[in-house]
Amino acid sequence: MQSPAPAKPRPLPPRFERPGVVRFLAYLVALAFFILALEGARISLSDLVTGLPYMGDLLGRMVPPDISRIGPISRALLETFQMALVGTALGVVLSLPLAILATRRLSPHPLVYYGARGLISWFRTVPDLIWALFFVVTVGLGPFAGTLALMVDTMGFCGKFFAEAMEETEPGPQEALTALGARRSGVICSAVIPAAMPSFINTALFSLEKATRSSVVLGLVGAGGIGIELKVAMDLFEYPTAATIILCIFALVLAVERVSSSLRQRIL
Amino acid sequence: MSVAATYPSVRPGIREAAASQEAAAAVCELAVRDLHKSFDRLRVLKGVSFDVSTGASVALIGANGSGKSTLLRCCLRLLEPDAGSVRLLGQDIAGRPGPAALRRLRAQVGFVFQRHNLVPRLCALTNVLHGVQARHGGPRSWFHPLARKADREEALHCLEMVGLADQAAKRADTLSGGQSQRVAIARTLMQRPRMVFADEPVASLDPSAGEEVMELFVRLMREEGVTLLFSSHHLRHALDYSDRLIALRGGVKLLDAPTAGQSLDALKSVYA
Repeated sequence: MQSPAPAKPRPLPPRFERPGVVRFLAYLVALAFFILALEGARISLSDLVTGLPYMGDLLGRMVPPDISRIGPISRALLETFQMALVGTALGVVLSLPLAILATRRLSPHPLVYYGARGLISWFRTVPDLIWALFFVVTVGLGPFAGTLALMVDTMGFCGKFFAEAMEETEPGPQEALTALGARRSGVICSAVIPAAMPSFINTALFSLEKATRSSVVLGLVGAGGIGIELKVAMDLFEYPTAATIILCIFALVLAVERVSSSLRQRIL
Repeated sequence: MSVAATYPSVRPGIREAAASQEAAAAVCELAVRDLHKSFDRLRVLKGVSFDVSTGASVALIGANGSGKSTLLRCCLRLLEPDAGSVRLLGQDIAGRPGPAALRRLRAQVGFVFQRHNLVPRLCALTNVLHGVQARHGGPRSWFHPLARKADREEALHCLEMVGLADQAAKRADTLSGGQSQRVAIARTLMQRPRMVFADEPVASLDPSAGEEVMELFVRLMREEGVTLLFSSHHLRHALDYSDRLIALRGGVKLLDAPTAGQSLDALKSVYA
């Protein structure tokens, strides 16, 4: 019996897909833009190397940190955290109804959906420092302006992630409640929110961490918090005091991150 | 909308027939006429008509894709039918009733799903309590800690009826498949429905749990005097628990007959 002819080996698929002309041109344009960006950013290794001793000098002047003003610094630090906490809490509460309107399945009308999505994008794309400037003009210097800026920033962040969490919830329980004649509010509060709750908690805790870091910077534009203390210390060349402020900020951010991480593990 | 009004162009003789059909439909809990439903180009229901009379237990059988789930969903307007009429508890559900009227109608009809559809992170008692939203909404019907004492007691009683009162505080996502479906049945009891649809209620359970849950489900519904329309792939269940059988094939009604006198072998031909 004649053995069958060996089957022609099946060719392996190519490792990489050959790009079409349009895609190839797109790659070229992206590469050219990146090279131009490097040029625009004035990347200079020599500047970095020659400047390192100055940084060493600055760090040297900061040691030992001066703790004589620890009282006012602590109060400013507490104010910073209070701004972050209240701004985040208000932002989380207000972003929930906004996120419901920005969830395709739950929004009462496509126009409302697009409106809510647009508002959330606007809140998110404008940096918190710009919001702080607007609110300083609106309500004057101080922590209230900073709290409002953090609230709007949180609404942009949480609004987007809350809406996405609700879009991803299992539709089955919602269909079950709709089938038994529940109102839209009943379906949202009984089925959608409980299902999305782990994601809500996660996002809210991340936003608290983010707001704590942001609240430090907001003081630079007069929106309250410890930022103004740091700016004054640096402007007056009081580097040991500046070192104390930086260490306090580091301790606060680290503490918030640790507590939030532990809460996340416990709740989820 | 009346049957005659649904077919305005029919001849007078047919109109009379339609009128008598309408009179018959008045004593029915559900009257479906010439129901059509397509998804894109796929025609899932092609002119299905049938009645379900008060207190009946009707089994809907047919292969996968024959249109059983779509039919049940169209009957409660969870899906929008393309054409035809559905008269549910004396009201035309395909005639675009307002949201409030539709809610009131749905409140009288329970729906038991194949995949239970409980809210996973909430406890069994809260999931059962959700059934009360058929009667009244608001925060007191969302979570059991906020609920009225009478509603909490009724929810626990419904759990007792399905043998799960001791699991009331357990989260739904920690229950077994059989327990989850029992909680879903308890939620339907909490709703106090006049009629119940069940879409392959035991399809996701193992044979033993499936047998147990199906027996419990049908017994409870009969005790409550509820009209039942259920779909199932278990021909044995269809024969044991229904008094009428409707078979679908390719979106068309193949059989509509009393269960008495039907044999397992004959029904297998529906799946051929």
